Amino acid sequence: FFEKKLISFLFCLNYTADIISTVEFNHSGELLATGDKGGRVVIFQQEQENKIQSHSRGEYNVYSTFQSHEPEFDYLKSLEIEEKINKIRWLPQKNAAQFLLSTNDKTIKLWKISERDKRPEGYNLKEEDGRYRDPTTVTTLRVPVFRPMDLMVEASPRRIFANAHTYHINSISINSDYETYLSADDLRINLWHLEITDRSFNIVDIKPANMEELTEVITAAEFHPNSCNTFVYSSSKGTIRLCDMRASALCDRHSKLFEEPEDPSNRSFFSEIISSISDVKFSHSGRYMMTRDYLSVKIWDLNMENRPVETYQVHEYLRSKLCSLYENDCIFDKFECCWNGSDSVVMTGSYNNFFRMFDRNTKRDITLEASRENNKPRTVLKPRKVCASGKRKKDEISVDSLDFNKKILHTAWHPKENIIAVATTNNLYIFQDKVN
Amino acid sequence: MSAEVPEAASAEEQKSEHSMHPWSFQLSIPNNLEEMEDKVTSPEKAEEAKLKARYPHLGQKPGGSDFLRKRLQKGQKYFDSGDYNMAKAKMKNKQLPAAAPDKTEVTGDHIPTPQDLPQRKPSLVASKLAG
Repeated sequence: FFEKKLISFLFCLNYTADIISTVEFNHSGELLATGDKGGRVVIFQQEQENKIQSHSRGEYNVYSTFQSHEPEFDYLKSLEIEEKINKIRWLPQKNAAQFLLSTNDKTIKLWKISERDKRPEGYNLKEEDGRYRDPTTVTTLRVPVFRPMDLMVEASPRRIFANAHTYHINSISINSDYETYLSADDLRINLWHLEITDRSFNIVDIKPANMEELTEVITAAEFHPNSCNTFVYSSSKGTIRLCDMRASALCDRHSKLFEEPEDPSNRSFFSEIISSISDVKFSHSGRYMMTRDYLSVKIWDLNMENRPVETYQVHEYLRSKLCSLYENDCIFDKFECCWNGSDSVVMTGSYNNFFRMFDRNTKRDITLEASRENNKPRTVLKPRKVCASGKRKKDEISVDSLDFNKKILHTAWHPKENIIAVATTNNLYIFQDKVN
Repeated sequence: MSAEVPEAASAEEQKSEHSMHPWSFQLSIPNNLEEMEDKVTSPEKAEEAKLKARYPHLGQKPGGSDFLRKRLQKGQKYFDSGDYNMAKAKMKNKQLPAAAPDKTEVTGDHIPTPQDLPQRKPSLVASKLAG
């Protein structure tokens, strides 16, 4: 895969925004949604087939922008509630409109994005600009007709799911039944029905009776892509629990516990921090799940709990920098990960605007960079290499010259094609592989 | 694999410190230099030694994980909603640079007003490295 295709990812689009906090393709891949720190959602749409030239796929252009969340104030705790969008999840398309869920720390909203390309003209009592006509000037009666107009994309909030989370929401996941979804915060997971906003069921609660005994928090949660009764949640201690909602109403007792045993002699102050799982994603097939911890990506077979089946090192050279990474807080960065459409390649971000891909079949990996300086549009991305120690070769970058402020936390892969979206702090990059 | 633990603290105190703190230093962490040099085999352990040297009090606080609890309470704390709204208004004013384009040059004679001063960092946000 890498030799033929990946290496020829082209630089495609660069869109500057507020700090991007989430990136998600919809089910067809035609739409790409981004959420940012300012509570805005920007949706990109792929150009339709008949407009593109033969040597490339459609480009992504801005389709809709709207303010999803506003900052709020929690009066009880005197804390600000950030408007930053933590996650966006698309619903599968059922009619002409598109629906997505977007969430900040406390509130989930269902947005409807619809197109309007016709408008009624020829009212009897109103002018075309909306002003009311003087009734005495109306001498005839006519029937208004729909006339084409410039495409307008409107976003409207259809449901607001609020007041169900004491702690900060880190994940939302739509069930394969397309009727329910879960939302997870640091200590609890709730189950919602998409139609009902005044009620949600608590399905996981790991809050200890005495907060002094708190040892771990929930870091991510996701529904199984095919089994509507199954979901997983990951913890800050590096464990993943799979729960079956048929077993009981409250899924505090897991059905499966995935944990890789650790060599106790290797344990250090950093062990638990770097084992904290920042993201968990099921494969499209539903057979595997992938977890991201600070230094690695692990693939787990759902049938085997005692260790992952594959482990990929993202940036092992950082192990000897943990002290400084703790001091500058980078050790707490939450990287996401994603699968390609066929589950053969996984991708995750790193520092210095690097992102990594691992081909599960050939076991090859590649490091690429998302930056404007090094990539002219429509050119092939050059693989990067970090030199951990010793002599640095010509095009290599030494660990000490890595920019830890340039981190790629959010990446997304088109569900069907080799098109990827990579978010640096302020910019969104879309890369696609070379067609012939 | 146990190292010498300082005798000063009572046995009970020691137990409570280590059992309640998920990131408490395990007994394998050496307290004297010779052992430290022996243990510095893995890069991770070397980094840990570095950290402990810089912040000797890290990880010794009893009573659950401070880090986890601080994570649960992330977000900027304000004194009350009035404080919050004032801060929001100040932010908005800052973002409108066209406010007073013809302000006269400020020389040394200018007596500063609260608006001219840089915004004070809220003191309630404590560094996790602070004791």
